[in-house]
Amino acid sequence: MKKILEVRNLTKIHGRGCPQCIDSTGPEADTNICPHCGSVVAAYGVSFDLHAGEILGIMGESGSGKSTVVKTLYFDDAPSAGEAIVFDEARQWNLFALNAAEQRWLRNHRLGMVYQNPHLGLNFNVSAGGNIAERLLMSDLAHYGEIRERARRLLARTEVLPERMDESPKKFSGGMQQRVQIAKALATQPPLLYLDEVTTGLDLSVQARILDLILEIQQELNTAMIVVTHDLGVIRLLAGRTIVMKYGRIIESGLTDQILEDPQHAYTQRLVASAL
Amino acid sequence: MNPNYELPLDEADYSFGFLDEFAKREVRRTILKAISIPGYQTPYASREMPMGRGFGTGGLQLTLSLIGQDDTLKVIDQGSDDSVNAVNLRHFVELTCPGVNTTERTTEATLIQSRHRIPEVDLTESQVLILQVPYPDPLVVVEPSEAKRKVMHGEGDYSRLLTKLYEDIVQFDEITISHRYPTRINGHYVIDPSPIPRYDVPRLYRSKALILLGAGREKKIYAVPPYTVTEPLAFDDVPFRTEDFRDANGHRRACGRCGATDSFLDELIAEDGSKAWQCSDSDYCNQRLAELAQEVSA
Repeated sequence: MKKILEVRNLTKIHGRGCPQCIDSTGPEADTNICPHCGSVVAAYGVSFDLHAGEILGIMGESGSGKSTVVKTLYFDDAPSAGEAIVFDEARQWNLFALNAAEQRWLRNHRLGMVYQNPHLGLNFNVSAGGNIAERLLMSDLAHYGEIRERARRLLARTEVLPERMDESPKKFSGGMQQRVQIAKALATQPPLLYLDEVTTGLDLSVQARILDLILEIQQELNTAMIVVTHDLGVIRLLAGRTIVMKYGRIIESGLTDQILEDPQHAYTQRLVASAL
Repeated sequence: MNPNYELPLDEADYSFGFLDEFAKREVRRTILKAISIPGYQTPYASREMPMGRGFGTGGLQLTLSLIGQDDTLKVIDQGSDDSVNAVNLRHFVELTCPGVNTTERTTEATLIQSRHRIPEVDLTESQVLILQVPYPDPLVVVEPSEAKRKVMHGEGDYSRLLTKLYEDIVQFDEITISHRYPTRINGHYVIDPSPIPRYDVPRLYRSKALILLGAGREKKIYAVPPYTVTEPLAFDDVPFRTEDFRDANGHRRACGRCGATDSFLDELIAEDGSKAWQCSDSDYCNQRLAELAQEVSA
């Protein structure tokens, strides 16, 4: 299988940091706030690989650093240390060594992101179609007719009524907004897609349809995805492999079935027991 | 300051061109930088002028820094030499720059300060056009933070501006920007070419004259150097188009005064509600009238 993303020792510390930060935080210390300097160790030593067409789940409670990992990989946030390489068709991109213009290019052409809150991913001052147009324009497509046609197709694919493409997403339900976000993220057919708590806060039937949509897309386009969630159901349905995080560290990783059926770490055992 | 101190006599008056020499030097340096980076909004220390900001102080500071005793100045306001803004600016320059000639003829001028129009007559290499700019940044409609706008300009990221054009076409079937049309300069920076109508935008393209744009309130100077390629933002299949002044039957309207059919027209509404059209460039209109009178008498 072709490797698409390699992350090594990704670390993010909010605050000035001190030499004792790493030793005095983490699951054993039961905190991610350094008692010596007050810095927050949001993620430390996170390493994993992702292959083409694979869905990797990142699971953990609030504040475990799962969103931090995805945000740094999407350039929303700069990491404190670590390395990440995206393997493109022709070349490799060393994510944290790129300049701003290269980051923007990669973000627009090769990456996609769906946020939990549609306000982060969508511009509510322009129409749903305009949101998709924006992403297509970012990837240097400047033909109005073609932009329109592709926006229509994408919205149809994500089951948003094409008749409503010229309306503002303000007027849409939460589930529809999430679909527009997915359509926007898919506009440039990125080989790598990040999904940050996409179904959190939606009602169950809408959740199910969005998860179906994600699976269909994965099978159709062979898109590799990182799914961040605290919902074990989502992990079970989507992810082939799973990482469990707590206080910024990976405490367990492996095949999803294995983790859910035979959790090794005490925290994972408690998590699985409480949910099932 | 010592209350008994008196200025030496030769310094008691204002210096030539109202601005002190340091101010003029700073503006000239900024102009050089602006020309070197076509379309880049170069910041400068806009001075207090004896008029409110927003009344052309940016253009005036450019004019006063560039003008010399052998220069001939023309000041235009919306195409006209006789409107209040133009008259007052011209008087101010006559007052503070003794020995400078002023004119209403486009062809005679070496410096042209203009508000919201480019003269109809093609400019030459020996002329400099100075435009007064109220809002220098075209991105201000899509991004409120100046820090972010600077990054967007630096990276040439104008997709959000194009998204606005997209939304316009969706809603109104055409791009509705009538003036301040965002224009890409030399393949990178997009500028707000001051509120010139769309009709004037193609005249920026490879203009023989140096075009300087000054925003006094926003403290920015930028330039379109001579022979620079300029390109209004548009889509591949929805090209940029200018005002065509056609009436309901598709005929090009003519100026009601000189009969020109190749100029930018102002719509005038008379007291009885009827409409008339007239050249916006008063010098162009007057010159045509003079030529016509000559032909008749000859």
